[in-house]
Amino acid sequence: MAQADAAANNLNAGSDASSPNPSHRQAGVSQANSSDNVLEVTDLRKYFPILRGFFRRQVGEVKAVDDVSFHVARGETLALVGESGCGKTTTGRCVMRAIEPSGGSVLFRKRDGEEFEITTLAKQDLRAVQQHMGMIFQDPFSSLNPRLTVLEIIGEPFITRKLITNRRELEEKVAQLLRSVRLDPTYMRRYPHAFSGGQRQRIAIARALALDPDFVVADEPVSALDVSVQAQILSLLKELQSELHLTYLFITHNLSVVEYLSDRVSVMYVGQIVELGRTESIFSRPRHPYTEALLSAVPVVETGKAGRRRERIILEGDVADPSNVPTGCTFHPRCPYVQDICREEEPQLIDLAGANGSQPHYVRCHFADDLDLQGVRNALQ
Amino acid sequence: MSQTPLLLSVDNLATHFFSQEGILEAVDGVSFDIHAGEALGIAGESGCGKSVTAQSILRIVPKNGKIVTGAINLFQNGDSVDLVQLDDRGQQIRQIRGGEIAMVFQEPMAAFSMVYTIGNQITEVIRLHQECSQNEARERAVEMLRRVGMPQPEQTIDAYPFALSGGMRQRAMIAMALSCHPALLIADEPTTAVDVTIQAQVLELMKDLQRDMGMALIVITHDLAVISELCDRVMIMYLGKDVESAPADVIFRDPKHPYTVGLLRSVPELGEGHTQELDPISGSVPSPYRRPTGCPFHPRCPEFIPDVCDVDLPPQIELAGGHRVRCHLYVQD
Repeated sequence: MAQADAAANNLNAGSDASSPNPSHRQAGVSQANSSDNVLEVTDLRKYFPILRGFFRRQVGEVKAVDDVSFHVARGETLALVGESGCGKTTTGRCVMRAIEPSGGSVLFRKRDGEEFEITTLAKQDLRAVQQHMGMIFQDPFSSLNPRLTVLEIIGEPFITRKLITNRRELEEKVAQLLRSVRLDPTYMRRYPHAFSGGQRQRIAIARALALDPDFVVADEPVSALDVSVQAQILSLLKELQSELHLTYLFITHNLSVVEYLSDRVSVMYVGQIVELGRTESIFSRPRHPYTEALLSAVPVVETGKAGRRRERIILEGDVADPSNVPTGCTFHPRCPYVQDICREEEPQLIDLAGANGSQPHYVRCHFADDLDLQGVRNALQ
Repeated sequence: MSQTPLLLSVDNLATHFFSQEGILEAVDGVSFDIHAGEALGIAGESGCGKSVTAQSILRIVPKNGKIVTGAINLFQNGDSVDLVQLDDRGQQIRQIRGGEIAMVFQEPMAAFSMVYTIGNQITEVIRLHQECSQNEARERAVEMLRRVGMPQPEQTIDAYPFALSGGMRQRAMIAMALSCHPALLIADEPTTAVDVTIQAQVLELMKDLQRDMGMALIVITHDLAVISELCDRVMIMYLGKDVESAPADVIFRDPKHPYTVGLLRSVPELGEGHTQELDPISGSVPSPYRRPTGCPFHPRCPEFIPDVCDVDLPPQIELAGGHRVRCHLYVQD
């Protein structure tokens, strides 16, 4: 308790959590080749107020997402990785505007090239745009309404949006969706409790894909499932991506899943992106000490293959408290390579590949160029 | 393997649950031995009976469950007790529980009471099992907290569980379990609820403690990698049966049972990249109320032999090097 109080007192009361959304930003805010990006997120921010006392005075704020920028190209999978409390789920929800962001811009581009600034859309317009975005949640036991049949669950978006009014047509559509997730359409009159975890997650995927979205946010879609079923769902997601030309924002803490599924990875720590780049380059040569530690922390099955045993880096302490972030680099209290500058000066996200013209690789570390960090793969090509 | 004395021997254990929907055979004929100082991993998916096996050893099976057959012999000081024969609320099992055999759980928040400090709860355990004064018990608790790497143990001992972070709570729970120097520690999904960097800390800690204190360890998890990090022997369970067991270095290099092979192939391996082919096991674990006939794995098995696998339960086959497997593909040599 005392700790939490101190945390609250330390906060600067007058920070700019309530700063207005930037007015309508046009395309071209971020990286080159932006015309093919489904999503361009710039300086996205979500601060949750900490309220205290009888009058619910605001005594501080939790910087859940703090100036996060990234883009997602059409047809690719971008993974957001990090430990609990790093802001990956909040980022995913802000992008959909399932919760209101505190600042920044989210530009969404439909398949036909039409662009929308998600953060400033009016309610009705937002609903129309959200039709092109799907979301898959972690726990298929709580994300499906137990009182509705599968037909009603998957058919609901068509009914509420008045897209299909004819019952026969609706059944036809739901059957087609069930087939696309490899479920037997004859099950559509059953209730969720009649299905196993893996089957329920397939139903949740069918619902997310019902309105033929361009873009799907998958928030830990396999974490609640059994190991043998995880692999089925991962393969399904991969197949659906190529069949339906989907773009995924994949939120997870599981690095082996990231490596299997994603083209690019964004590693988050306490509300900020600390490293962003191609999956191969991050996994073979991470540039941020946190990424290195995350990769080395993953336990591996000892199959006796040569060169599997790695030196493990054990990080001290816990993830920093996002309501009381450390000065300078947020990772410095746990960083094995910490120097004086890390405690004082906040590092910026810089592009390491800019000079030699290869794929962009962003890192937020003062010593990104000097450190020789260890990845999990020996050779790239 | 046999250099240290036998500590616990589970023989043909069967624990069934009786409910309105029928009889659920959660554990059905499981046998294994643990020697002093050895680490055994029990792996399997949800509903395979791995947690109920642990509950049976400690005799904390929920009310509607019952150990129907089998013996669990605990050997101590040249004596042996069959835990199955004890009264589950009697004095003797309560001395063993927390004393000889301790357990850590997946969710540390559920293991601690919210309204007492962790120091209160750890000293209570110590005083229940050992003759000592309140002050001595407190000293031992501080010592144990220091041993598990709790920062400033003299202060944190007076903290309430909710004031600690997830990793610290996990450490406090391990400290409580180890406070009476158990001969056997059962860890049920010890790292499932924590983040990867914390998981690495906890795994390293458990490895150190097991080595230093010379205790035996049973790790129950669905994560084969965790077992690979901690254990000497592995037992794979499926629908209440022990389908395969072998030394850890053998089973991961040369799995015999199609289920074990499938489990290993369905986890994406770190460092193998985008191109690796996952080969998931088809279907999902059937409802334990409708257990398949014959080999419980046959409806999902790629090596299914009609009229054999769906008829007879395969016997346990003893292969070379302490490798045991329940599958019709193998014959006793």
